[in-house]
Amino acid sequence: MSKVRVLVGTHKGAFVLTSDGKRENWEVSGPHFAGWEVYHLKGSPADPNRIYCAPSTGWHGQVIQRSDDGGKTWEPVGNKFAYEGTPGTHQWYDGTPHPWEFKRVWHLEPSLTDPDKIYAGAEDAALFESTDGGKNWAEFPSLREHDTAKGWQPGAGGLCLHTIVLDPTDPQRIFIAISAAGAFRTDDGGRSWKPINRGLHSQYIPDATAEVGHCVHHIAMSAQRPGVLFMQKHWDVMRSDDAGDNWREVSGNLPTDFGFAIDVHAHEPETIYVVPIKSDSEHFPLDGQLRVYRSRTGGNEWEPLTKGLPQSNCFVNVLRDAMAVDTMDDCGIYFGTTGGQVYASINAGDTWAPIVRDLPAVLSVEVQTIA
Amino acid sequence: MLPAHLRTLARVGAEVALEVPLPVTIASTLDALEARYPVLCGTIRDHDTLRRRPFIRYFACEEDLSHQPTDTPLPAAIVTAREPLIVLGAIAGG
Repeated sequence: MSKVRVLVGTHKGAFVLTSDGKRENWEVSGPHFAGWEVYHLKGSPADPNRIYCAPSTGWHGQVIQRSDDGGKTWEPVGNKFAYEGTPGTHQWYDGTPHPWEFKRVWHLEPSLTDPDKIYAGAEDAALFESTDGGKNWAEFPSLREHDTAKGWQPGAGGLCLHTIVLDPTDPQRIFIAISAAGAFRTDDGGRSWKPINRGLHSQYIPDATAEVGHCVHHIAMSAQRPGVLFMQKHWDVMRSDDAGDNWREVSGNLPTDFGFAIDVHAHEPETIYVVPIKSDSEHFPLDGQLRVYRSRTGGNEWEPLTKGLPQSNCFVNVLRDAMAVDTMDDCGIYFGTTGGQVYASINAGDTWAPIVRDLPAVLSVEVQTIA
Repeated sequence: MLPAHLRTLARVGAEVALEVPLPVTIASTLDALEARYPVLCGTIRDHDTLRRRPFIRYFACEEDLSHQPTDTPLPAAIVTAREPLIVLGAIAGG
């Protein structure tokens, strides 16, 4: 029988939640790396026992931990993330040039086919790759050296490369997103990068339709239709049908189109999920009601999903990497909150129940469906 | 002496005894520490510049040595292991 493993990164450690395919009873293991901030951990699609994790602290910086037994035991691997050559500068918040400095890893994306290969998205924005199971890391400097990079400015959370999406049909194609530079795509395995922000409209930058400068919060893609991308921008939910070359807004009837998380149903590529957040200055749900919104039409027409979610006095946030789906026949949807709850739906969002309620603030949620 | 997070990371107790070639300095002590426990590289000082991480402090014999040049010889009590060199995670927060 299939098994589901939910990997939860929190403000004070990592947790591994495990259930059988019914997804009713959950075993909770953790905290792993207690006291460390775990922005992200993710399993290898090629070997589900291999999990990579990115704990960091302000005192000791970044370490990378690897498990080869499904999260039971961990070994530290390489933590040297060095920018290639002389890093140069990007813009600081006050508009002055600021040297590129490594701060932390925001996102780990294991290869779809090779358990030893993994990508890391870093702050200050850069993409790194390891081909030896995380022991050594090398940067793709062409992204940081892009013609537009001198003008990139950090978002409120820093100049972070937080989203990495791999195309299952083309190993040379990678999508990434940076706050607050925007989305980029490589079609040659990382040797060159193209901004893919046409159609985005951001009123908080001088030229609302500029080539870069957009605060993209997250991008999701259905493995079944790799050319179709969905984006939660700072404000606006967007869709692209041509691998990011052009975007159009699909916020439709959402009560607010600010938010962080977005994901796609595992088997229905037109079914997407967001968690609307009140505004950029009030990072909690509207009216204290935690509602996931689902569109079965690829955007524009949205329905609130509320059963099992708190509908009063709820003022948590759901961060960009804190939503994931499993690939069971009845697709499971999972998300974590800054209040420490991890909610699961085993019926595509119709009803929800908490797996755990009192973890530290949840920074990321990933799911492994294990045959 | 190591802070709690680094004891866990290196799987050691609170104190680590090291053979350090003369002259014994903060730099040579940390070189010996990282050689024995490579997992600590980058967690106390920068990988390349070897500059102390901002929230790390070095205490010894009731003195804060954090701002001394790291090639300054350490007090005799440290060299003879009568007193520990303390690597401390500074108080951060409110």
